[in-house]
Amino acid sequence: METLNGREALDCTVMLDCDDLGTRAVNRALRSLPGGSCVFARAPRGRHNLAVGLATEIAITVDGNAGYFLGGLCGAKDGSGPAIVVNGFVGWSVGENLMGGSVRVRGSASQSAGASARGGRIFIEGDASLRAGISLKGGTLAVAGDAGAMTGFMAQAGTILIGGNAGHALGDSLYEAVIYVQGSIASLGADAMVDEMTDDDVLVVKRLVEESGFDHIEPDRITKVASARQLYHFSTHNHGTY
Amino acid sequence: MCGVVGLLLRDRALQPRLGELLVPMIEALDERGPDSSGIAVYADRRVADAPPTLRLSLGADEDVDWLALGCSLLEVAASGAELQRFGAGLVLDLPEASLDAVQQRLSMEWPQVRVLGTGWNLRVLKDTGRPADTCARYAIASWEGYLAVAHTRMATESAVTVLHSHPFVPSRDLCVVHNGSFSNYATVRRHLLDDGVRFDSDNDSEVAARYLASRLQFGDDLAEATRWVMKEMDGFFTLVITSADEMSVVRDAFACKPAVVAETPAYVAVASEYRALAELPGITEATVFEPRPEEVYTWRR
Repeated sequence: METLNGREALDCTVMLDCDDLGTRAVNRALRSLPGGSCVFARAPRGRHNLAVGLATEIAITVDGNAGYFLGGLCGAKDGSGPAIVVNGFVGWSVGENLMGGSVRVRGSASQSAGASARGGRIFIEGDASLRAGISLKGGTLAVAGDAGAMTGFMAQAGTILIGGNAGHALGDSLYEAVIYVQGSIASLGADAMVDEMTDDDVLVVKRLVEESGFDHIEPDRITKVASARQLYHFSTHNHGTY
Repeated sequence: MCGVVGLLLRDRALQPRLGELLVPMIEALDERGPDSSGIAVYADRRVADAPPTLRLSLGADEDVDWLALGCSLLEVAASGAELQRFGAGLVLDLPEASLDAVQQRLSMEWPQVRVLGTGWNLRVLKDTGRPADTCARYAIASWEGYLAVAHTRMATESAVTVLHSHPFVPSRDLCVVHNGSFSNYATVRRHLLDDGVRFDSDNDSEVAARYLASRLQFGDDLAEATRWVMKEMDGFFTLVITSADEMSVVRDAFACKPAVVAETPAYVAVASEYRALAELPGITEATVFEPRPEEVYTWRR
């Protein structure tokens, strides 16, 4: 599906003009398309809830800045789903609860990018704001630039890659998701710790760099952050207070 | 929810179009705050007005005979006072020396009427109902000026009435609009009441506005007073604060409430969501960013 991302408007057989269509009409039109379709949607003008709840493997270019929840709830349990590219920035919660497919944002993303995504991949070519990857449940979030405070908050599973710097309280109350940061970390959140990069981690980062195209990221410059597992495990030592 | 809007024009040529630029911003945030709205506009007064008159914007939660009210106020105001119907209430321009007499007449004979805002350059309009309808009803697109601040309200803390609507104008030419909620406002309000501060509503945002004004009265500048609000007021907020020559925006430590700024050589615009900025001229070339939490951003005219 990645190859479809390279298609431009001229290759696309379906043109949608958001100026002519309500949000539901846009999503209905997208849902009616067969797999393999290529769609070019113009004039999103910051509108919310575009390209949500799609399970088919179609390529969608949203040509402009989009609002909240872009690409939310897309994809199927097997990891398949639409390949969405936004030529602009997006508002809160891009790819929220993503199941499969991919969302690529050419600009920056506002708060809660990839919130509780279970699968699929979200690529932010600019920066991500606060709480990126909050409650991540298995999806992959790669940010070329910086990520804001509380990135990876309570993330349960999945991978977050940050090509720039991470803000305060990185990985606060982290469960089993793993965060890779190339730049500086303003501070770690509660129960987050710097962990050793294993050979396997290097391969994970390399593959993500290939998929994202964020080739300024080098595995040997990465700091790995994972859960110290002190917060969410019950300890017999404390049984008296339970 | 609630929506906040601020628009500061740097290009004088845009001033006749302030209302026209403002209305699509408010309409875009209509669904963030469908129960009521308020708009304040700052415009330069004509030189012929010198010495300038003080401008009072009046409103009420009950039906008022505005013609009778106007006549009643003109009786006690010095010559040179003028009034006009404005929005759901009226605007009264009067020599500053008449302020006490007018306020006394208001409190004695028109207790249901409140001064929504006082200033030199400022007019304030508040009404209940869909903000988009309010814009159309009062032909806001035709307004001129150099700075505007607006609010679309989805009430969570207090009643839906004109007087509970934002912006709050706690001192001359100072406006505050708020998206969010404060949790310790009753405590702060008690302290302010002890200090003799008066309130027009039981709205939590009004407490923040009057606390800000009380800090300014102590001699803080606007940025410092705003930092006091962050320190003393507990809650979630995106605040847009305007004075006669400044516009500020500030967000709580967790950035719980959204804000987007667009800056160009012609204007600085702030709104709860980007879609409220999407129709501004030259938006594709604008610098668009989200204010960082707990950082006070201020733009001067």
